[in-house]
Amino acid sequence: MTAPDRFLDYAPAPESTSILHLRDSYGLFIDGEFTEGHGTPFATISPATEKHIAQVANANAHDVDLAVAAARRAYERSWSRMSGADRGKYLFRIARLVQERARELAVAESLDNGKPIKESRDVDVPLVAAWFFYYAGWADKLDYAGLGANPRALGVAAQVIPWNFPLLMLAWKIAPALAAGNTVVIKPAETTPLSALIFAEILQQAELPAGVVNIVTGAGDTGAALVNHTDVDKVAFTGSTAVGRAIARSTAGTGKKLTLELGGKAANIVFDDAPLDQAIEGIVNGIFFNQGHVCCAGSRLLVQENIHDEVVDRLKARLSTLRLGDPLDKNTDIGAINSREQLERIRRLSDVGEAEGAERWTAPCAIPEAGFWFAPTIFTGVTTSSTIAREEIFGPVLSVLTFRTPAEAIAKANNTPYGLSAGIWSDKGSRILAVADSLRAGVIWANTFNRFDPASPFGGYKESGYGREGGRHGLAAYLASAPLEPARVAAPTARKQLKK
Amino acid sequence: MTRLTVPKTYKLYIGGAFPRSESGRSYEVVSPSGAFLANAALASRKDARDAVVAARAAVGRWSAATGYNRGQVLYRIAELLDGRRAQFVDELSRSEGISTAAAGAQVDAAVDVWVWYAGWADKYVQVAGNANAVSGPYFNISVPEPTGVVAIVAPQDAGGLLGLVSVVAPALVAGNTVVVVANERAPLSAITLAEVLATSDVPGGVVNVLTGSPAELAPWLASHADVNALDLAGAERLEWVDLQIAAAETLMRVLPPVTGIPGPSLERILAFTETKTVWHTKSLL
Amino acid sequence: MTSATAPTASVTTADAPTVLAPAERAIQTIGGDLTEKSLRLHLEGLPGVDAVGLEARAAGLGTRSIKTSSKAWALDTIIRMIDLTTLEGADTPGKVRSLVAKALTPDATDPTTPRVAAVCVYGDMVPDAVRALGAAHSAGRDDGVNVAAVATAFPSGRASLAVKLADTREAVAAGADEIDMVIDRGAFLSGRVGLVFDQIVAVKEACRRADGSYAHLKVILETGELNTYDNVRRASWLAILAGGDFIKTSTGKVAPAATLPVTLLMLEVVRDWYRLTGERIGVKPAGGIRTSKDAIKYLVTVAETAGEEWLTPSLFRFGASSLLNDVLLQRQKLTTGHYSGPDYVTVD
Repeated sequence: MTAPDRFLDYAPAPESTSILHLRDSYGLFIDGEFTEGHGTPFATISPATEKHIAQVANANAHDVDLAVAAARRAYERSWSRMSGADRGKYLFRIARLVQERARELAVAESLDNGKPIKESRDVDVPLVAAWFFYYAGWADKLDYAGLGANPRALGVAAQVIPWNFPLLMLAWKIAPALAAGNTVVIKPAETTPLSALIFAEILQQAELPAGVVNIVTGAGDTGAALVNHTDVDKVAFTGSTAVGRAIARSTAGTGKKLTLELGGKAANIVFDDAPLDQAIEGIVNGIFFNQGHVCCAGSRLLVQENIHDEVVDRLKARLSTLRLGDPLDKNTDIGAINSREQLERIRRLSDVGEAEGAERWTAPCAIPEAGFWFAPTIFTGVTTSSTIAREEIFGPVLSVLTFRTPAEAIAKANNTPYGLSAGIWSDKGSRILAVADSLRAGVIWANTFNRFDPASPFGGYKESGYGREGGRHGLAAYLASAPLEPARVAAPTARKQLKK
Repeated sequence: MTRLTVPKTYKLYIGGAFPRSESGRSYEVVSPSGAFLANAALASRKDARDAVVAARAAVGRWSAATGYNRGQVLYRIAELLDGRRAQFVDELSRSEGISTAAAGAQVDAAVDVWVWYAGWADKYVQVAGNANAVSGPYFNISVPEPTGVVAIVAPQDAGGLLGLVSVVAPALVAGNTVVVVANERAPLSAITLAEVLATSDVPGGVVNVLTGSPAELAPWLASHADVNALDLAGAERLEWVDLQIAAAETLMRVLPPVTGIPGPSLERILAFTETKTVWHTKSLL
Repeated sequence: MTSATAPTASVTTADAPTVLAPAERAIQTIGGDLTEKSLRLHLEGLPGVDAVGLEARAAGLGTRSIKTSSKAWALDTIIRMIDLTTLEGADTPGKVRSLVAKALTPDATDPTTPRVAAVCVYGDMVPDAVRALGAAHSAGRDDGVNVAAVATAFPSGRASLAVKLADTREAVAAGADEIDMVIDRGAFLSGRVGLVFDQIVAVKEACRRADGSYAHLKVILETGELNTYDNVRRASWLAILAGGDFIKTSTGKVAPAATLPVTLLMLEVVRDWYRLTGERIGVKPAGGIRTSKDAIKYLVTVAETAGEEWLTPSLFRFGASSLLNDVLLQRQKLTTGHYSGPDYVTVD
């Protein structure tokens, strides 16, 4: 046995793809069946190799009509008439089936998305199961969801999800919608349809009534046709702020209930009394988890000036141990960028960062020849006016800024149109709570980062969108209160004086 | 013996002061029977801008006040309004052409609305927030927080006082500040209410009252990047879909128009809140 | 050898600061006027540890998948890092001879199997171990097997300094190459860090041989009794400042013994010490590591925390007994391609 040059060059440990039984082509999933789409089919590729995975049907407006009609029928004929307990049982079934087919889903996700198998296996897919399990239990307890007794489902929900967490975002959307009694038409992202289509097979195994969930694949046109469809009652979107804004415009005045989970430019604030080793891990997890394709990524590191050099040195040393490469290798930390288009954007914004005078440092790692890759990158000397401190890059690029006082940290953290998430690292409890109070962001991680749980509401302030996903609050996005009680303060007919 | 009265000049209420419109404009307010009542200030887009600046400046202090404190401040409004009941009854009956009994009922209802919402200030967090049992060693809590600056079009087809109070009070509960466009045809009680606010404990800038044309002012508020939420309660007869489209530019939170006066509801408080979820690690070691 | 160079235990008075033994590392790091107070301020100035984050990082490192050639190298490296240990009241010369035989020839069916780093025994068994090793006793050379002795009233450490020093000197004189001492956890927990420090300095001095060389000193923190990670970091730092060559997690007599998070933390300390001084300190998790799978997680943690340079017996050891046989089974599986069984490795 020959010793490797370095133990750290761990021998390849590829996850087997034999668990996957992919078809050559996938149809749309409408009314419980896979059907041909009327648009021109498109190919989904592996971003790590640029190799073809499968042909996928493309839903045009007619297909969207069919899907919405199927959802409407299912809503009226079965789902809205079913007891909450039975709806819950279907969701429990789905949760279990996801657990049973977890490895297969993880492999498909990493293949199609480019994310490391350790993340799809240990984070994405377990959370998918957890999400269905959590909301399954809500289905017959909606009276306790905080909207008063007998809250109503909205009807047909149109859902459009992004490519960064394809199956997890599907779960975030479908689980609460079904628990609340809605039926669904969902559009996965164009570059990552695969896991949703395997999920459709799970729905068949669960014997979910036809039409309760319909999956239409396609690009922006398909999404637009879906959210603008006149027979949908609810629109839920996760993706860019630009598209979210367009949806907010196009649904204005329609009465469709809208929830949006959009972009972010989160501050990760490190005080000089932080538990330093854990903060370094948190910074790494904050921006390099999922190649930085995370709306809540801690893309702006705000570090107290007196520990700036120390933190940056440690960070660079830590990043040098990250392993970039084959997403299906169990030891890969940094996978592939999801698409050529996204890679171009990351490159362009990084070049802008450099041109604007920030100092660029890139982790030393070999870049595979095929596929889309971007090595973990840190920019120091970034100021609040820098483009890379303001625009969401959605890639493995960290901008480092400094602050001197807690008040300055808060001011800089809030100095963005976004408000999705933030991190705080300190050993001082009172400061953590006060800073958390002052940050204008929907999710605050203190001495941790990028934690997700079905019981925990997630969503943004300001241009990061509105509505919450997860927890009791996540149900409210798919329910309407029963008609309001008569005003509790009616104009009294006779004035009563309080006797002194 | 007849005494010559000393009529009041009705001005705007911005940042705790009572300025005339920067535009110098005013408009004639008449009773339903056509009698001249006053020349109210006809607010301009620049007045709206100034009102947003004042409202933004007031967010920090008002939202940082304790719920108990905000509750007392709102309750104090009810006290003062009740104390000036006769003045409001007189003004409402003259300006809205209603009986003194109806005017009295409107004032009483407005007082009761303040009392009802005042009581929520230190409770809505408990009702709308909760601890989250996440699967991991984490403390995790979700709490509602004020959205920020709320622009409101007050109900236009209902009593000028009760309509205004019914939309302003809920927005204040959580700690938002408000720019409200009063009932265009019945603005007088709004400005008189502003006098109540000015002499109560409400900090300047927390409520800003504009009189004039909602059709003229609302588009500027809906497209203002420093407004966080838009309540279109009284915008039913405006091009309110366009307002909502304008508000989409900054992902403003929007409440659609209502018919009549919205009844008191927790929903109206929560419409202008954001849920913040805070995680922290938990360990003995 | 005399105790003239060893400091006396600290004496605390109300007004005079407790002056500590002038250990070189501490003086260079903290400054000239080394007192209990200055030491304490130094230790309290270390960054805190967030337990959840630390444990999450350790769990993450534990998910590394080490296969084929990396696994083969790892298994041999683990064997070379083992301090094969017997620390029982019932230890006998026969038991020690058996242990030594196993240390020298872990797998008689495969002569390519490396030897372990050391045998670790109670001080009074050192002569038996030295005798059993014979020419294979490394006595400082690289190619043999060391004798490590636990000392200083192991495992509790509850004895006078004089007894602890005598315990140490006796083991060194009998031929121990390495001394595994325990710190006074009671003193540490009650804030008497100066006492802990001075005792380590004194024991280090007691490790000095007649020729002026020193037996290697491993300082056992007994992390299970220190309890918190902040304490572990401070005690690790203290042990290094006082002159320890290795910091070691546990005696094996207290639960929890070695854990991956606590070892990760101690590796972070030696990494930080290296960043500060350029000097490499060893780390030894002991107790509770029984499977190859677990041991490989430790190697991964070493490599990704302190660095590849620490993957050598002079800087990383496993204090273990049953671990060796599991590694041998795994090694046989890699060699033959078939799963082996406990009857194919020796019971020692």
